[in-house]
Amino acid sequence: MNFGRRQFIHTGLAGSLLLSFSGWLNAAGARRFSAAEREMLGAVVDAMLDGVLPVQSTQRRPLVAQTVDGIATAVAGLSAASQTEIGELFGLLAIAPARMLLAGVGKPWREASVSDVGEFLQSWRDSRLGLLQGAYGALHDLTYGAWYGRPDSWEAISYPGPPRGYF
Amino acid sequence: MEDPIRVGLAAGWKHVDASALAHSQTIDVDVVIVGTGAGGGVTADLLSATGLRVVLVEEGPLRSSSDFKMLESDAYPELYQESAARKTADKAINILQGRCVGGSTTVNWTSSFRTPPEVFAFWQRHFGLQELSAESMSSWFAVMEHKLWVRPWDTPPNANNKILAAGAEKLGIAVGSIKRNVKGCWNLGYCGMGCPTNAKQSMLLTAIPAALSRGATLYTRLRAERLRFAGSQVSALDCSALQADGIHLSGRQVRFRARHFVVAGGAIGSPALLMRSSVPDPYRLLGKRTFLHPVVISSALMDDRVDAYAGAPQSIYSDHFLHQAPIDGALGFKLETPPLHPVLYATTLQGYGEAHARLMRDFTKVNVVLALLRDGFNPASRGGRVRLGAGRLPVLDYPLGEVIWEAARRALLAMAEIQFAAGARWVTPVHETAPGYTSWAAARKGIAELPLKPFLCRVVSAHVMGGCGMADAPHRGVVDHRGRHFWLDNLSVLDGSVFPTSLGVNPQLSIYGLVARNASLLAAELSGRPLPAIP
Repeated sequence: MNFGRRQFIHTGLAGSLLLSFSGWLNAAGARRFSAAEREMLGAVVDAMLDGVLPVQSTQRRPLVAQTVDGIATAVAGLSAASQTEIGELFGLLAIAPARMLLAGVGKPWREASVSDVGEFLQSWRDSRLGLLQGAYGALHDLTYGAWYGRPDSWEAISYPGPPRGYF
Repeated sequence: MEDPIRVGLAAGWKHVDASALAHSQTIDVDVVIVGTGAGGGVTADLLSATGLRVVLVEEGPLRSSSDFKMLESDAYPELYQESAARKTADKAINILQGRCVGGSTTVNWTSSFRTPPEVFAFWQRHFGLQELSAESMSSWFAVMEHKLWVRPWDTPPNANNKILAAGAEKLGIAVGSIKRNVKGCWNLGYCGMGCPTNAKQSMLLTAIPAALSRGATLYTRLRAERLRFAGSQVSALDCSALQADGIHLSGRQVRFRARHFVVAGGAIGSPALLMRSSVPDPYRLLGKRTFLHPVVISSALMDDRVDAYAGAPQSIYSDHFLHQAPIDGALGFKLETPPLHPVLYATTLQGYGEAHARLMRDFTKVNVVLALLRDGFNPASRGGRVRLGAGRLPVLDYPLGEVIWEAARRALLAMAEIQFAAGARWVTPVHETAPGYTSWAAARKGIAELPLKPFLCRVVSAHVMGGCGMADAPHRGVVDHRGRHFWLDNLSVLDGSVFPTSLGVNPQLSIYGLVARNASLLAAELSGRPLPAIP
């Protein structure tokens, strides 16, 4: 009981601090992804899709970039309120102090390895804070939605695509 | 493939894409209907048939078979709320809900069930709805089944559904075949992306064309903002036009003045519109008791290809677990299967990196069974609450309490046992820490100990109900059994938001039947004609 209450206070405090901070960052409202946000998303996509993406970096890099573009398209299709929330999350992750404190990633995103980013993803996935678990879920869904929405990802999963002919 | 919507538009149907409006305007009609899904569609058909001048207001776009390319990347942003990623406020539940002309009927999986008799009996006991019973409603269901081609589905079930049938039968668990509202279905399996062959008899292809052919006007990309009322009379509905992106406001306003107003925006949209309008709600019932049929999911790896993307998505069900306890006891659940398409499956599936990639490589050999938990009957299952968030748009709080998790665990166990009985070689609940199991014995032990909490255990929903519940008296409900608002005389709510509990079945036919009855009563009243002959 006691623990539950402390946990609640902890969650509420962290959550509201995080949100008020990122709200301040995003006072200007909806906008395109910044270069820093694209770097962050590139690192997330690179780790999330490890095992799917080709190992060789010259092949891998353009696919990561295309997936980040796909995420941008998907975010633009969300409601204004969801876009604001996602903007807060991305904006926050893109700045160094939040990256270090909240994500636990010491290096700049473009230098972070798959395992560095994997540890961050795992820590949010396992987090006791619903806010971070939900944020992990958003990164998960946006990445896989952008990747598996593309016909060139289907061969690897033996999906033939929709039926063709007679249409 | 002829596109009947484009043919109708060419023949002169009145469709106004509000994103292209150059000026704000005020329009006088007989009846305004907010929403074009199961409730709004049937209402428009029946009211227009009596000669009333009807306007339909839809926030989403008008899309039809020429646009339906069976691609998730097109269909989700175009046809669904929040690109098929609508979430509860805490993000723990993902909600699939349509947002286009035809609403969820344009993208549903065609499963058609009448409201079960025990649900009507519960509503009679607890909400005083004596007028509604399986007997009194049977003619209305029959009418809608006839109109929408709800028939037994003769084609053999696809492999995904066969696995549910085979596993259940092996364990002595009864299954049934699902009736579907299709006419000349090609058995492709892409119902969720809009039917490309015009087989699905959705509102988009039936009731709405009927209303448009009689001169009704359809407004799309138009958001109903608030009802204006004085005393007990609603005088106008104020709407905001959206831009072509369907998200941002264009700055143009449309005001409709009418004799009667019908709210059919679904169980999230309808209560939100009434809240924004500050309609009388002295007992604080509006937006409460929102039900979702929370769904938990079990994924199995089979030896052979399942190709769960192909063929009618849902053709087999089991109600065995709805009947193990009294309706208000431990939550029962209905078993069905979902179609698997790459985005839907990949985003729902747990994990990331190599672990996720490995599961995806077996995509074509996966069978998935889902359990719809019947919420709203057990006294501890009080559902969720719609409130207004940023931009005065709705957000839904739905706490996942112990009564839900207890049922979720039973459901995950039942599904795993069925899948192993059907020959699965590996089964995992869709759950972040479930390791997956290679035998029923291991699954029984593992699932019994699995921590069931928000985010850890994936919970989704495709059935949003309640929030403007009906009852016999204003202290128990927002509307009466006819969908008439208790405080505003010329306001009706005619959609799934009036259900005082969930249903335990996929809701489309329950909405069609009840709205056919209530819109017929309304049509008679507004047109001065005799009441319909059927009870």
